[in-house]
Amino acid sequence: MSLIKEQDYGTPARPGEATVSVEIDGKTVLVPEGTSVMRAAAEAGIDIPKLCATDSLEPFGSCRLCLVDIDGRKGSPASCTTPCTPGMKVRTQTPKLAELRRGVMELYISDHPLDCLTCPTNGDCELQDMAGVVGLREVRYGFDGENHLDLPTDSSNPYFDYDASKCIACSRCVRACDEVQGTFALTLEGRGFATKIAAGAGGSFMESDCVSCGACVQACPTATLQERTVVELGMPTRSVLTTCAYCGVGCSFKAELRGDEVVRMVPYKDGKANEGHSCVKGRFAFGYASHPDRQLKPMVRERITDPWREVEWGEAVEYVGKRMLEIQAGHGAGAIGGITSSRCTNEEVYAVQKMVRAAFGNNNVDTCARVCHSPTGYGLKQTYGTSAGTQDFKSVEKADVILVIGANPTDAHPVFASRIKRRLRQGAKLIVADPRRIDLVRSPHIEAQHHLRLMPGTNVALINAMAHVVVTEGLVDREFVAERCEDFDEWERFISGPEHSPEAVEEITGVPAADVRAATRLYASAPNATIMYGLGVTEHSQGSTMVMGMANLAMATGNIGREGVGVNPLRGQNNVQGSCDMGSFPHELPGYRHVSDDAVRNVFETLWGRTLQSEPGLRIPNMFDAAIDGSFRALFVQGEDIVQSDPNTKHVTAALSAMDLVVVQDLFLNETSKYAHVFLPGTSFLEKDGTFTNAERRINRVRPVMAPKTGKHEWQIVCEIAQAMGYPMKYDDAAQIMDEIAITTPTFAGVSFAKLDQVGSVQWPCNDNAPEGTPIMHIDGFVRGRGRFVDTVYVPTKERSTRKFPLILTTGRILSQYNVGAQTRRTGNSAWHPEDLLEMHPHDAEVRGVRDGDTVSLTSRVGETSLRVKIDDRMPVGVVYTTFHHPVTGANVVTTEHSDWATNCPEYKVTAVEVALRNPTPATAAPAMAE
Amino acid sequence: MTTTHTPPHIRLANEISAQFQQRDPAAAAQEIAQHIQSFWDPRMRAKLIADAGAPGSGLDPLAVAAAALLPPAVHG
Repeated sequence: MSLIKEQDYGTPARPGEATVSVEIDGKTVLVPEGTSVMRAAAEAGIDIPKLCATDSLEPFGSCRLCLVDIDGRKGSPASCTTPCTPGMKVRTQTPKLAELRRGVMELYISDHPLDCLTCPTNGDCELQDMAGVVGLREVRYGFDGENHLDLPTDSSNPYFDYDASKCIACSRCVRACDEVQGTFALTLEGRGFATKIAAGAGGSFMESDCVSCGACVQACPTATLQERTVVELGMPTRSVLTTCAYCGVGCSFKAELRGDEVVRMVPYKDGKANEGHSCVKGRFAFGYASHPDRQLKPMVRERITDPWREVEWGEAVEYVGKRMLEIQAGHGAGAIGGITSSRCTNEEVYAVQKMVRAAFGNNNVDTCARVCHSPTGYGLKQTYGTSAGTQDFKSVEKADVILVIGANPTDAHPVFASRIKRRLRQGAKLIVADPRRIDLVRSPHIEAQHHLRLMPGTNVALINAMAHVVVTEGLVDREFVAERCEDFDEWERFISGPEHSPEAVEEITGVPAADVRAATRLYASAPNATIMYGLGVTEHSQGSTMVMGMANLAMATGNIGREGVGVNPLRGQNNVQGSCDMGSFPHELPGYRHVSDDAVRNVFETLWGRTLQSEPGLRIPNMFDAAIDGSFRALFVQGEDIVQSDPNTKHVTAALSAMDLVVVQDLFLNETSKYAHVFLPGTSFLEKDGTFTNAERRINRVRPVMAPKTGKHEWQIVCEIAQAMGYPMKYDDAAQIMDEIAITTPTFAGVSFAKLDQVGSVQWPCNDNAPEGTPIMHIDGFVRGRGRFVDTVYVPTKERSTRKFPLILTTGRILSQYNVGAQTRRTGNSAWHPEDLLEMHPHDAEVRGVRDGDTVSLTSRVGETSLRVKIDDRMPVGVVYTTFHHPVTGANVVTTEHSDWATNCPEYKVTAVEVALRNPTPATAAPAMAE
Repeated sequence: MTTTHTPPHIRLANEISAQFQQRDPAAAAQEIAQHIQSFWDPRMRAKLIADAGAPGSGLDPLAVAAAALLPPAVHG
């Protein structure tokens, strides 16, 4: 495939029907009201010269290159800022316009380095292109006048340079930072000839609020803002469309290459999840895929104390198959199992669960979603009938009120956060429920109407109080409830009880009752109100209860079944949704169908030729417990570092140490592989061929940019292990796996690689009525028929602060790092977050004699670690916060065995701890990007 | 530092039972049993059933009642 160049229409498309007819250079064009002359011309195939205009940004009208003549109008207006009006007649090419444009270009070029042949953007420079388009042949002013050619280059960012000498002050970077990203880190500083782009208060990019999303680099029409990889490797020559392997937004990217080397990742304008935007991870942090730390050969060892021995694929696979069979022979069929990964494709995950069910002969398969969004699966299935968010991302553009609960989108889902911020700047209202003052609470041009700063562990008390206000203040959408829901009357009696009033729970949640009432009125009175939530909801002892509580609230107010509303889990990893869809849970076959359902089992038994177990298998925490009691002896771990990511590290390592066989399939040797007997090298997203499903149920293609560096796809290895165990499992390619998914899983009906290649992406459910998917769910009825109200009794967590452990620790993510950091720690992103820090309120720090930068011990009843402190009033008094991106910190050394009652999802968000000064030597704090 | 020594199946059954304390005990036991039947591996259910009859198991009464409703668990 050659280099993909999307057409730039100059200004954004306007919504609505094309009703305005104009004539441009004799061609009649029909466009929606508000469309610029520049865009109308582009749609008619007429390119008007431009520099300051690009279709991701509102028109600015500064470069004066896009001037046109319009019949009946004086002068030559800029076509980018001039909207089409009915009957308008436009001319884009006249001798006068040509002269004007040449004059403009002369001015630009008189103050621009004439180093085109050695410039990194040679051949991809809009200034160079426009000089050609306008026929520039001379610069009458010469090049010796006052100029900007000696301005320094800012190379502080690890990924791109800012070469001020090449800047034409078009402001595209500033506007991209404002309009697309919503960070407002850049500005035009100075006046007239002294005008220049400045980051923050005039310091370097790294010192500014810049979040390195790359929007400015993408918008820059010259080499002023340029990826360093392009400088080093040269311009790419071909593109492969694929999907980002980081968070659950699932952005589409053009991987741009020279040969087999990735030069840069450019967000794809037609990608429905991201619409041309990106974040620092997806845009820049792909270098881990070729990092020298990658282990590319299989390795085996008899004991975990032995040194690794590199072997050929055949030996590794035969060893795994033989040992698995031996262990089953000695300890029973249920003594082995597997864990699938949300970082792997649907096809890879499907293959692992099939291997476990058909070749292992049990249902001991679970997925890393166990420790993040399993309560979403339970809660939404109980209330709405299926485990998925109700909306597409675009839906937020119609929301009037956005309620963000236990999520930090600017850090964990940054590209979707930009959509939220854009909507907020348009006037939508925001309610944030979070103990931590996340960036969304207050950032440039955004301020939450309400920040409900609840104590960790009290989500259900808060959501019940909100529901109480809805039913007792006449805010119920009675018509919606009567037509669409069941069990409302009982729930109304339950939630009306005085024990749920905001006043009654104020002491529990710490949120003033008046704030709860005001926030609820705002949510319930909005024409469209939507809920976005994250792991701050699910990773609690009542995670599932809270999901049902939010579902109740949305139903009671009629906020389900159309654009702008809904209940939406923001999935942490790229394929959390997909790995759950693919039957990774021990009680469910693909498509969320219980293993006890004879008819469903029969579908797979017929196709797979094996009798399947009708009993649920072990969940991940159960596997660890069973390993310690001796009944679970072997584990296949696909692409997860469970020692670093799962709670109570000591318990996890004790379980792994007790097993006879641990097989790790991953990119890098990690904390878990220290306890492994077999290491099977995995493939990066640049080598994978398959699909990811994002948080809006969108199935996107992951296309291989290069052949597997390991020589095999991960699903091939899984098939070979199954074969080594005597089960014939074989596919010619990943497309065949998706074909099997499509014929066995009703919500994936008709999905195929060919279809995705044809239409781009689809959002399940796909069926006869919606062959190209369902962006908004539950429009005419819930998946389960009627939406079900569930009583959500608040039960306090058993994890409480005590005299010995008086603080509550809650954990989360930061923008520049991802999950256990296996990928991002091996990129330039560590420039922003080289270590996990403990955020602590000034009061809590002072009473412990702790200063900013001090190293402290962090102790819970199960473990102890040490890390440096960052004093910050983002956290309330009594609550501390850290991330879990670095194994050296091992934040999960201190997290406990407590978990969600329904799903066993760990209670990461509430751990009683104490902090004590360990090393008072202040160290230099690294710049923190998320601040 | 201490860790809990409550057997996992006891702890988990009690955590589930805690959610149903305000319900009618018979209906609660039925729901708890249904939940455990749907989500627990047979070896965990077998342990729960075995311990439910033992004095001093530490099981919540609702969990004991639920365990009595579970069919015998067979595991391989």
